[in-house]
Amino acid sequence: MSAEMVTITVDDKEITAPAGSYLLPVCLENDIYIPNLCYVEGMEKPPASCRLCLVEIEGVKGPQVSCRSEIFAGMVVKTNSEEILKLRQIAFRLLVSTNDGSCRTCISNRSCELQQIAKFLKQPLKTKRLRHIDRDYPELIDDHPYLVYEPKKCLLCGRCVHVCSTIEKGYKLSFAKRGMDTIVSFFGSELDPASVDCQDCFACTEVCPVGSLSSKEKWKAFIAGLDKK
Amino acid sequence: MLDRILATLDESEKAAIDEEELAVLKAVADELLSVPQESLQLLPALQMIQTKHGYLPRLALRMVAEHLAVTIGNVYGIATFYNQFRFNPPGRNPIKVCLGTACHVKGGEIILENFERRLGIKENETSEDREYSLERVACIGCCALAPAVVVGEKVEAYVTPSKVEGIITEIEVRKEMAAREQEKNED
Repeated sequence: MSAEMVTITVDDKEITAPAGSYLLPVCLENDIYIPNLCYVEGMEKPPASCRLCLVEIEGVKGPQVSCRSEIFAGMVVKTNSEEILKLRQIAFRLLVSTNDGSCRTCISNRSCELQQIAKFLKQPLKTKRLRHIDRDYPELIDDHPYLVYEPKKCLLCGRCVHVCSTIEKGYKLSFAKRGMDTIVSFFGSELDPASVDCQDCFACTEVCPVGSLSSKEKWKAFIAGLDKK
Repeated sequence: MLDRILATLDESEKAAIDEEELAVLKAVADELLSVPQESLQLLPALQMIQTKHGYLPRLALRMVAEHLAVTIGNVYGIATFYNQFRFNPPGRNPIKVCLGTACHVKGGEIILENFERRLGIKENETSEDREYSLERVACIGCCALAPAVVVGEKVEAYVTPSKVEGIITEIEVRKEMAAREQEKNED
C-alpha cells in the first residue's frame, strides 16, 4: 500500500495503520472489537447507518462513526467510555424495537451477530424501554428459486444489497418501498427463473448478520429439524 | 421486446393479462422507443407510463428495465419508493379516502376499512371488474367536512359507515340505469 503508515492509539493500545484508511477495520484486525452491522469488509463507502460503531476521537467534537473515520497521525481513540456505551445501547434498542426476536426458532440462533452484539452491549434482545413496533410483513417470502427471506428478522442493514451489487451477475437484491415498510426484495416472482444465477453464490446469506436471508435448501432442512423436536 | 418478455411467462401468468392490459403494454413498448437508453431516464420513463396510462403494469417495469439496461430490482426499488406510482389500473370510480390530520381524527381510518370490506379490495387495489379503485390521500383541503372521501371528482362530506353503503349503492344504481338506457336505445 502506498499510504503512509502512522501510529495511532486505541484504548491505550498502539497500532500502526495506513493513514487515510477507515478506523473500524483496523480496530477489528487488531482485536479491538467494535460492534457493527452495516459494514462489509472492503466497502469503499460504508453507509454508517447502524450507529453501533461510535467511538470518541480526541480533538474531534462529538462521537464519530468509526467505519467512516479516516486515520491520521497521532489519532487517539476511545471505544469503551461510558458515554459511547450509552449511545451504542440506544442505537441498539432502536434497532431491536422493530425486530422479531424469536431466537429459539431461528436458523441463526447462536451464530447470530445481533445476539453477540446484545451480549457485548449488555442489552436484552427484546427491549422494554421502547414501544415495540410490529411491522406489517409476511413471516416468510420465498418466491426466489434459491433464497428465502424472513422480513421480520431483517434489520435493513443493507449488507446483502451491497454484496449483491458487487457481484457481476448479481444485483438482484434491492431495497423496496420506504419508511417503516422498507423491505429487501429480490423480486423473485418477477424474474425469469432461468436467468437467476444465484445457485452457487449465496454471498448475501453469508453477510446477513441475522437469520433473515438464507438458502432455501438449508432453511428447509432447518425447519424439518425443528419439527422433529 | 414485449413478445420476448411474454414468451418467458408461463400459461397462468399469460392468462392473467387481460386485453386492456395488453393494449397498454403494446403502447408502452412503442413509447419506450423514444426514451434514450440510459439509466438516468429511469424515473422519467416511469413517470411517462404513469401519466399516460394511470398505472405501471408489472410487465411494463420489466420492459423499462430491459430498455435502460438496469436490473429489475432497481426499477422496483424506485417505483415502490414513490407514492405517485400505482401498480393497479385506476377503476372507473376511483375512491380516495382522505386521511389528513382532521379526517384521521374524525375516523377516516374506519371509513377506509369500510370501503375495503364493502368492495373486497385493499387500499391501492382495483376491483376485478375495474369498477372501483381505492386509495388513501393525505389532505384534500376539506378539513371542515371531515371525514371526507372523493369519489371520481365529487367530494363526499361527513362520511359514515352507512354513507359508505349509500355511495356504493348510488354508483351501482347509476350504472344499472345507464345499462337500461342503452338497452332501450338499442331496441
